[in-house]
Amino acid sequence: MGEAIVVTSGKGGVGKTTTSANLGTALALMGQKVCMVDTDIGLRNLDVVMGLENRIVYDLIDVAEGRCRVGQALVKDKRFDELYMLPAAQTKDKNDISPEQVRQIVEGLKPDFDYILIDCPAGIEQGFRNAVAGADRAIVVTTPENAAVRDADRVIGLLEKSGIEPPKLVINRIRPNLLKSGDMLEIDDICQVLAIDLLGIVPDDEQVIKAANAGEPTVMNPSSRAALAYRNIARRILGETVPLLQLEEKSGVFRRMKKFLGMG
Amino acid sequence: MTGKSHITIKGVKEGLVFHLDDRCDFVTLLDELHAKLDKHEQMLSGPIVHVFVKLGSRRLEEEDKEKIRSVIRRQGNFVVQSIESDQLPDAAPPPKKPDMYTMAGLIRSGQTVEHDGHLLLLGDVNPGGTIRCSGDIYVLGALRGTAHAGCDGNEQAIIAASLMTPTQLRIADVISRPPDEWATADPWMEYAYLQEGRMEIDKLTLLHRHRKEISFFRSCDRMEEGDAARARSNFRSKGV
Repeated sequence: MGEAIVVTSGKGGVGKTTTSANLGTALALMGQKVCMVDTDIGLRNLDVVMGLENRIVYDLIDVAEGRCRVGQALVKDKRFDELYMLPAAQTKDKNDISPEQVRQIVEGLKPDFDYILIDCPAGIEQGFRNAVAGADRAIVVTTPENAAVRDADRVIGLLEKSGIEPPKLVINRIRPNLLKSGDMLEIDDICQVLAIDLLGIVPDDEQVIKAANAGEPTVMNPSSRAALAYRNIARRILGETVPLLQLEEKSGVFRRMKKFLGMG
Repeated sequence: MTGKSHITIKGVKEGLVFHLDDRCDFVTLLDELHAKLDKHEQMLSGPIVHVFVKLGSRRLEEEDKEKIRSVIRRQGNFVVQSIESDQLPDAAPPPKKPDMYTMAGLIRSGQTVEHDGHLLLLGDVNPGGTIRCSGDIYVLGALRGTAHAGCDGNEQAIIAASLMTPTQLRIADVISRPPDEWATADPWMEYAYLQEGRMEIDKLTLLHRHRKEISFFRSCDRMEEGDAARARSNFRSKGV
């Protein structure tokens, strides 16, 4: 029986879809059976980021309204055999499906998969309620900006009320140089305000943008720092204990060399 | 007439006082009043007499009072001056005790906690979160959101927090916006209060100067004024 994890944030543009796509791919890379569900009806993006747009036949609304079975709507990934995606409809809107319908669809997927990642739309309205309805766990994505942290806080409050497990936090788009100069919110400060467990930090990486435009999740690119971060998060989801990503890789290597040479 | 009379009539300087028994049926009372006045019809004709009706602890509606008036008025020379019930000491609602409500938790953005009385929060108030009560607010944690103390207009209310970095503070009708108006970077526990309609912030250790006794402690311990004064002098004598 699989586990359903919703990826949410409240604020738009912080990287929910990117996180969903990369975590889904990373988990598949580690041999898990994964299904990603896009609940952003009317503004679907997950298929674009995954490069699966042209393979969509049926969507979530078709399943909910009984025009097809879930199995028919699932789109198999072009890279992994055990990675599937249930796309959102592009023509309808969030009110055309109810939380109960989403819950039933997710329940129906659970026996066949290890993980079901639900990509949540921005906002806290119907779309959010739909996405959260079927979830067992939640990942809240935020960026080191005040506005994003405020919205994350709001969403965490709503998630706590909905009765699912305490959500985990992913801080996305961290810029080490801004952090160093003190111009960006400290990770510790964010964790202190939000008061939930940190699942991982992801540095800002140009590779992510390039990869998303190419329809290839970043995780596939071993030279990307963000890819490493997403893989670490996936390993933590699987229950491994992985230390937080060192943001200052260069100085880290330099320091290690200095230490090695007896200068540190 | 059988039994004890329910009506006593006494003459005073101003006129007559009718004492109506407060433990019998109102209808019985009216009948008896009729009988009594009919009996003394002759005797009671003459110059105008002022009548004061005392009901004891009985409470009457205006309608019933009018019935009494009309019965007495049938005696042409009687003028009802007043119909009164006794002021009962326990009739007034007991003064409401300010109670301290303790809650643990994190008030997140979009969440509001309201309470009638004092509130002790063990946890933080995040930006976008609101805590509002009619009494004092004590936050054992970081106050980063909005706090409104004395929201019913109590200007004596205070807001105290372990870490005072609020978005907005309100006491009664006064609104204060840090850090535009004031900012503190010290890691002291602080409290906000009103002084001549202006919001002031001080270290919590100075609270005793501002207020000799926090109303909460007084009400909870039911400490008498004298006891409190003694306790203070004890503290002083011990050099604490």
